[in-house]
Amino acid sequence: MTMLAKDISLHLSGFDLLRNISLEVEAGKVTAIVGPNGAGKSSLLKVLTGEMPVTKGDVYFNSLLLNQWSLLEKAQMLAVLPQHTLLNFSFTADEVVGLGRIPHQTGIAKDLQIVAEALDLVDASYLQRRFYTQMSGGEKQRVQLARVLAQIWQPSILGEQFLVLDEPTSAFDLSHQKLTLDIVRQLAERGVGVVMVLHDLNLAARCADNLVVIDGGVIAAQGRPEAVLTEALIDKVFGVKSIISEHPITKRPLVIT
Amino acid sequence: MRHFSAGRLIGILVILLPVVALLSMTVGTVSISWFDALRAVVGSSSTSQIDTILFDIRLPRILLAIFVGAVLASTGAVMQGLFRNPLADPSLIGVSSGASVGASLMIVTAGGFIQGGALVGLSLVSIGAFVGGFTATLLVYRLATSGMGTSVTTMLLAGIAIGALAGALNSLLSYFSDNDMLRQISLWQMGNLSGASWLKVTIMGAVAVLLMGLFPRDSRALNALLLGESEARHLGINVQRVKRRLIVLTALGVGVSVAVAGLVGFVGLIMPHIIRLMIGPDHRWLIPASGLAGATLLVVADSLARVVVVPAELPTGILTAILGAPFFVALLLQQRKDV
Repeated sequence: MTMLAKDISLHLSGFDLLRNISLEVEAGKVTAIVGPNGAGKSSLLKVLTGEMPVTKGDVYFNSLLLNQWSLLEKAQMLAVLPQHTLLNFSFTADEVVGLGRIPHQTGIAKDLQIVAEALDLVDASYLQRRFYTQMSGGEKQRVQLARVLAQIWQPSILGEQFLVLDEPTSAFDLSHQKLTLDIVRQLAERGVGVVMVLHDLNLAARCADNLVVIDGGVIAAQGRPEAVLTEALIDKVFGVKSIISEHPITKRPLVIT
Repeated sequence: MRHFSAGRLIGILVILLPVVALLSMTVGTVSISWFDALRAVVGSSSTSQIDTILFDIRLPRILLAIFVGAVLASTGAVMQGLFRNPLADPSLIGVSSGASVGASLMIVTAGGFIQGGALVGLSLVSIGAFVGGFTATLLVYRLATSGMGTSVTTMLLAGIAIGALAGALNSLLSYFSDNDMLRQISLWQMGNLSGASWLKVTIMGAVAVLLMGLFPRDSRALNALLLGESEARHLGINVQRVKRRLIVLTALGVGVSVAVAGLVGFVGLIMPHIIRLMIGPDHRWLIPASGLAGATLLVVADSLARVVVVPAELPTGILTAILGAPFFVALLLQQRKDV
């Protein structure tokens, strides 16, 4: 069971945002997407989640074409965390996280329990009754992360579940970056397929089973981080000289620039 | 911190509204004791003159105030949610400006027939207002809808454009009207419940019940929409369908309200805002609480409108603003203190 893009292209207002991309996101694996600004990372996520229709090619979700699932069915299997969420209304943190339970009919008691657990998981229990509008950037991002986690908290009878995160750690300090990666690993072990756009190559190298490098709307390389991350590729894609070493503890590739 | 739990506020309003309505029965050019009013309402009759005042004049007017207030405030809450803007109100989608043109057009063209000119018991002005309001909303909605769905931003801009056009038409009509028509136009724009009849109450009541019955099924969708449209879609919500349904219901509700009561300002914009400050933005509670509070405010305002310049009456719309604005300012000040 996978999220699958078969030879997709996306043209928008005369621009080729994505060209002939084929990508498979497996359940139970972590897929990280990296690439320079404007390479098409967010566009790829939007196409994979059905937010934008492809110009060419097909997107499959759990062996059906993506648009063969109803919105509600999709929402029970797929949670998406966008880069920015503008919320100007003074919901409390637990109300925001509770929105993640909208696709499910599990009852108020169960929902409240899940909301509390999700907030606890992202180290945001102390925010529970605080107003979203008065939180710091990192706190808001953690609450939104808890919201999408609450959405796929329990397995779905419809199929494998997937979590899509667009730069989930951009506002996080070191400890919350690590926390996010730990959560992502736990989810993958539970069988959830995770796709995330990351900017930090070392974070990506550390957590990804499959590392996808996008440049100019095409896939420049994909595979295991050890195989993908080379000095030549980083020079070609990012235009930055680097040295690839090995992390002394995790044994994952370590990019030094 | 929120100062009220939603349940408590709704509980208070549910008790307050009938009390205010009963008190409102007693006030006016002729004073009636609340005991007589209560006795008349429960059925045992008193003198026929009091019965006439209560049943032919005051009761329809109070019921109309309740229904209009509830519809204006609840549709205001819905629009603010849909536009993700706490300063939105039903006039944004062109309904009030369109209604204004429709009413003015009837006042100016039907001129002499105004008092007698009526269709199934509704004045031509009412019908003109409803048609104008509904048409303007449809136009705004059409302009903002493309193959990609309805863009809320385009709708805001289209609402401004249609509003400006309607404003110009209105001025044009005023320019060509005589003194009497001008007075009628400006009085209509202030909003007034004095033309209440049982027919209007029935129509308005049916619309209010319809809206209050249908809004709850979309209240969680509105909550999700506060996050953004794509976020709401990822939560399984058919955003386009929800938008269309809510805009049609709002146009219907506000269109009928302005048809029976003219432009009663303030209630639709500020009442949901006040309630949100008290109980938060969850539409499951915000919509019914706003409806109840809007109804209460309009009953109070209309009661005052009947007594402050006895034996004449003030237009109700003036009183809603005079009553509501200071309360709103007080809430804002208190919030500033809390932060």
